[in-house]
Amino acid sequence: MTDVLRTEGLTKDFAGLRAVDRVDLSVATGDIHALIGPNGAGKSTLVGMVAGRSQPSAGRVWFDGRDITTLPAHARIRAGIAYTFQITAVYARLSLLANLELALRDRSRTRAVQALERVGLAARADQLAGDLSYGHQRLLEIAMGVAQAPRLLILDEPTQGLAESEISEFNTLIRGLAGQTTILLIEHNMNVVMELADRITVLETGSVLANGSPADIQANLAVQEAYLGHADG
Amino acid sequence: MRSAALHLGLIAVLVAAGLMLPAYHQGNLARILVLATYSIGYNVLFGYTGLLSLGHAMFFGAGMYGLGLAMHHGGFAPVPAFVIGLACAAGLAAIVALLALRTIGVAFMIVTLMFAQTAFLTVLYFGEWTRGDEGFVLQQATRQIAGLDLTNPTVRYYAALVLFSAALLITARMMQLRFGHVLIAVRENEERTRMLGYDTQRHKFLALVISGTLSGAAGAAYALLFGYVGATFTSVQYSIFPLLWVLLGGAGTTIGPFIGTLFMFYLIDTTSGLTNAYLMIVGVVLVLLTLFARAGIMGEVRERFAPWLP
Ligand SMILES: Nc1ncnc2c1ncn2[C@@H]1O[C@H](COP(=O)(O)OP(=O)(O)OP(=O)(O)O)[C@@H](O)[C@H]1O
Ligand SMILES: [Mg+2]
Repeated sequence: MTDVLRTEGLTKDFAGLRAVDRVDLSVATGDIHALIGPNGAGKSTLVGMVAGRSQPSAGRVWFDGRDITTLPAHARIRAGIAYTFQITAVYARLSLLANLELALRDRSRTRAVQALERVGLAARADQLAGDLSYGHQRLLEIAMGVAQAPRLLILDEPTQGLAESEISEFNTLIRGLAGQTTILLIEHNMNVVMELADRITVLETGSVLANGSPADIQANLAVQEAYLGHADG
Repeated sequence: MRSAALHLGLIAVLVAAGLMLPAYHQGNLARILVLATYSIGYNVLFGYTGLLSLGHAMFFGAGMYGLGLAMHHGGFAPVPAFVIGLACAAGLAAIVALLALRTIGVAFMIVTLMFAQTAFLTVLYFGEWTRGDEGFVLQQATRQIAGLDLTNPTVRYYAALVLFSAALLITARMMQLRFGHVLIAVRENEERTRMLGYDTQRHKFLALVISGTLSGAAGAAYALLFGYVGATFTSVQYSIFPLLWVLLGGAGTTIGPFIGTLFMFYLIDTTSGLTNAYLMIVGVVLVLLTLFARAGIMGEVRERFAPWLP
């Protein structure tokens, strides 16, 4: 099994605060790899450095065996990484269709509609994204990531704000991608994590606390104290 | 389809207007068409890409002085001089873009303002050639293209219309291409656009160069058609005008810049005949606009009646 993504000693310092501390992460091709940890653990900062949103203070990133540490964000996206924002970032004043056409980087209406169908929003194709409910905007954001048919899909807390029924649709959608797309999933909802993840990395105060299969992690007491113990909080 | 009909329809109306209007209004409209070209250029950067420049007079001026100096001192014919004017504006826009696009928001506004101020002072500094504030006149005998006398009011009107139509159709087409869609995406959410795989920095660079070049084309045409080159056209008020015209007509609409320029021109023309305090009336109109029609005239039309409007 090869790793589609690998980081080595990845570190991010913000004026005195070490948000990410020498993280070595390997994501195997085809896996759904969950990244969990308490608020402020550095999860978003870590994946931000993978996608190129911010430059690491130290360390390297390899994608598909290629060192992409200094590659600008847009070039990483074109190389096959798709990124969805923790804070919903759709084009509020554009139609759903226009949102998808931009995500697809072509102007195929058919493919845009197909991508909307996958999240059940095709009927709203001509509405403005800003008029959607919060949950639907989340789904649109996910659709924009999935539509790119990336080799690595980074989802930063995709189910935040989704209703129970939407979460189960989300699970189905993500399971449907298994095999074709490697997914790096930041997620607070442990049910989603346990249902989807092939592998889990636990991050705390910027460092990797544990790394293993869902069963390993569940058994790991240290993790339970750090995270699962107050997961419903 | 509808948008092509709109643009060609507007051009057809303007062709007819040139034949029917009395001399006074024909002269006004010729001026409006050149200034509307300037607005169209400004709109590419401000309306579509979402970057507010306070220094576009430097591009208008680069075109104007590029053509003016080439004809006045270099003895160039109008067509090569026009090309020189365009090249000056494009070159200046590229330099400004490389430096100013390192900043965003208010800093970008201030940096463009400073560049334009520098350009203005440069014109005054080289007064020996530019004749500074006083400016210089382009001789009537030199303002001829292929036997057409650009000082003849009707020829001048149609020359202005050719320029305006070209700018309108080029930008309308550009906004249908993916390039144009990405400019709008940058305006709406730059970070999102970058994270969808677009080189937003490159798009902003090109938008500024296109915008500056169109503004320069307007400046060069203004000098050629009206025969005068002066430092006023590079002063800060000529940077503010296109912003006002575009806001009034509707930022991010293809024909808004023309509507705004037309409206403002006649507003000043009418009110300055009635009262000395015409600037106050202009101010009142702008306040009303921001209260009741924030999107500008064509922007409101689009929101209320015609969502398809380009
Ligand atoms: N741009 C920034 N400047 C300064 N500090 C930052 C910045 N971004 C993040 N931080 C800090 O870095 C730490 C890690 O933040 P990050 O957003 O990566 O955490 P997270 O694990 O994604 O948390 P959450 O679960 O709340 O999303 C936090 O302490 C945060 O305050
Ligand atoms: Mg986060």
